Amino acid sequence: MSIQARYRSMSANEVAWAIAAAILTLMTIFIASKATDAGYAFHMYVFALAGVGAIITLGKRAAANVPAHPLQEIDGKPNYHMGPVKFATIAAVFWGVAGFLVGLIIALQLAYPALNFDFAYIQFGRLRPLHTSAVIFAFGGNVLLATSFYVVQRTCHARLAGEITPWFVVLGYNLFIVVAGTGYLLGITQGKEYAEPEWYADLWLTIVWVAYLLVFLVTIWKRKEPHIYVANWFTLAFIVTIAVLHLGNNTTIPVSIFSPKSYIVWSGVQDAMFQWWYGHNAVGFFLTAGFLAIMYYFVPKRANRPVYSYRLSIIHFWALIFLYIWAGPHHLHYTALPDWAQTLGMTFSIMLWMPSWGGMINGLMTLSGAWDKLRTDPVLRMLVVSVAFYGMSTFEGPMMSIKAVNSLSHYTDWTIGHVHSGALGWVGFVSFGAIYCLVPWLWNKKGLWSDKLVNWHFWIATLGIVLYISAMWVAGIMQGLMWRAYTSLGFLEYSFIETVDAMHPFYVIRALGGALFVVGSLIMAYNITMTILSGEAAEGVEASKPALVPAE
Amino acid sequence: MNSTYTLLASIAQQVGILFFMGIFIGVVAYAVWPKNREKFSSAAEIPLKED
Repeated sequence: MSIQARYRSMSANEVAWAIAAAILTLMTIFIASKATDAGYAFHMYVFALAGVGAIITLGKRAAANVPAHPLQEIDGKPNYHMGPVKFATIAAVFWGVAGFLVGLIIALQLAYPALNFDFAYIQFGRLRPLHTSAVIFAFGGNVLLATSFYVVQRTCHARLAGEITPWFVVLGYNLFIVVAGTGYLLGITQGKEYAEPEWYADLWLTIVWVAYLLVFLVTIWKRKEPHIYVANWFTLAFIVTIAVLHLGNNTTIPVSIFSPKSYIVWSGVQDAMFQWWYGHNAVGFFLTAGFLAIMYYFVPKRANRPVYSYRLSIIHFWALIFLYIWAGPHHLHYTALPDWAQTLGMTFSIMLWMPSWGGMINGLMTLSGAWDKLRTDPVLRMLVVSVAFYGMSTFEGPMMSIKAVNSLSHYTDWTIGHVHSGALGWVGFVSFGAIYCLVPWLWNKKGLWSDKLVNWHFWIATLGIVLYISAMWVAGIMQGLMWRAYTSLGFLEYSFIETVDAMHPFYVIRALGGALFVVGSLIMAYNITMTILSGEAAEGVEASKPALVPAE
Repeated sequence: MNSTYTLLASIAQQVGILFFMGIFIGVVAYAVWPKNREKFSSAAEIPLKED
């Protein structure tokens, strides 16, 4: 029997992947040798190294006799493919801590500018995109990869499509993160908010993203469950829309294949409109639709109750995706963008109140009859509080999109406060909740190493968020009012530096809030590590859950 | 040229609103249609099914 053999020859599939990796390696080494920029050459070597690593891994796979075509089902139960999910979960914890930490550093730099140390590589301008990309794309992205691959398998009762492709998606995505992040420090950027990576990183992400879409679609295609569960609808909308946004906002022409620099084909206000169509839908589809998929699976699962109203979830889904895509122009109030477009963005943002709150009610009401679980289960508490924060920030957002309000809030730290009530409260907490659920499930543990530490994480992080957002509300509104204050003679009452000086105490409070959030995430990292390394194994793992035995 | 723009813009706007409202009304009807009740309540149980 071949199963007893100690090794096997590489399958056609593996050979094809190895050839692709070899081509990538040779091409990038060639480009690196002629690169006009040291940072770009470094990135090409990173790609080459990844290519070599891929070839070695593929060879080892055959040498270790990992089944090239694992069974789709074992004893009539799906043989789930959880390796990539595990990798993305651990990556999410790692990038989360790293991204929060960089956020804390730049918060401290704003409060105490001397912390720049006059060292070019750690200036605010380079660290800020590193922070935003690390938390949104590295932390959030890995959470989404992990949860979407987990949920699609469990709700379709089917093994993930492909064997190497899901690994390519997860590893390729993290390679993109490394290239993007190091690029910011080296000064390689398009200078577009949340779309900073240059053309070659964008191209790589496009390939990875198409593979992601295919893996997801084919898994749905071979589902055993006739109905496609609503969480998968949200994930699919997230994947498809991010692909469209990414292509639209990165339609660039490189100066040369040997240069990291490129120019976008859009110009002037059209470019601005494309940027914020992209920017706001990164919020709408990456940070909302993708994480709503988490809400629709993990809240019912953890509360052990079906979602409050499945009908509402269908209306929630379609209303949300119809409306969100139009909201971008509210980032360009009082600019060269035509007035009608600004009003359009504002109107759609206000209409978004309805699906957002519909979704929040659906998530919260799922607990009706099970509210007592909030007292005993800190993980469920985290998930539920995240939904409450979702409701709060989706109330605040439409309000800030109203032109009159925006004239006060725009360019002030109120915006930063708003973003963080969504990012820390909603995206952060729902992700932590999902990670706390996933780890015991994936590693066959009875539960987490310590529920008490989850409780500590919850309260410390909540306190951090409250400090953060209240400091930014006060600071932002004060800043806006100071900017628009006139003397009786019609002169501006405050010089800009006076407004900066007035912000100092609030920046200190914000940094303190951020520090608490970082401490919370470190507690999580410790708890997760201990759960994986020494958590108590779940009962009857072998007998009742063959599905969770890793395939590789 | 301006009149062509106005004409095309108004057609696009009217067709757009009819198209999107039509789809949305269709979605709402599908969601609340009494016959679909059974299907949706079993779909809501999907995450809770052990496999």
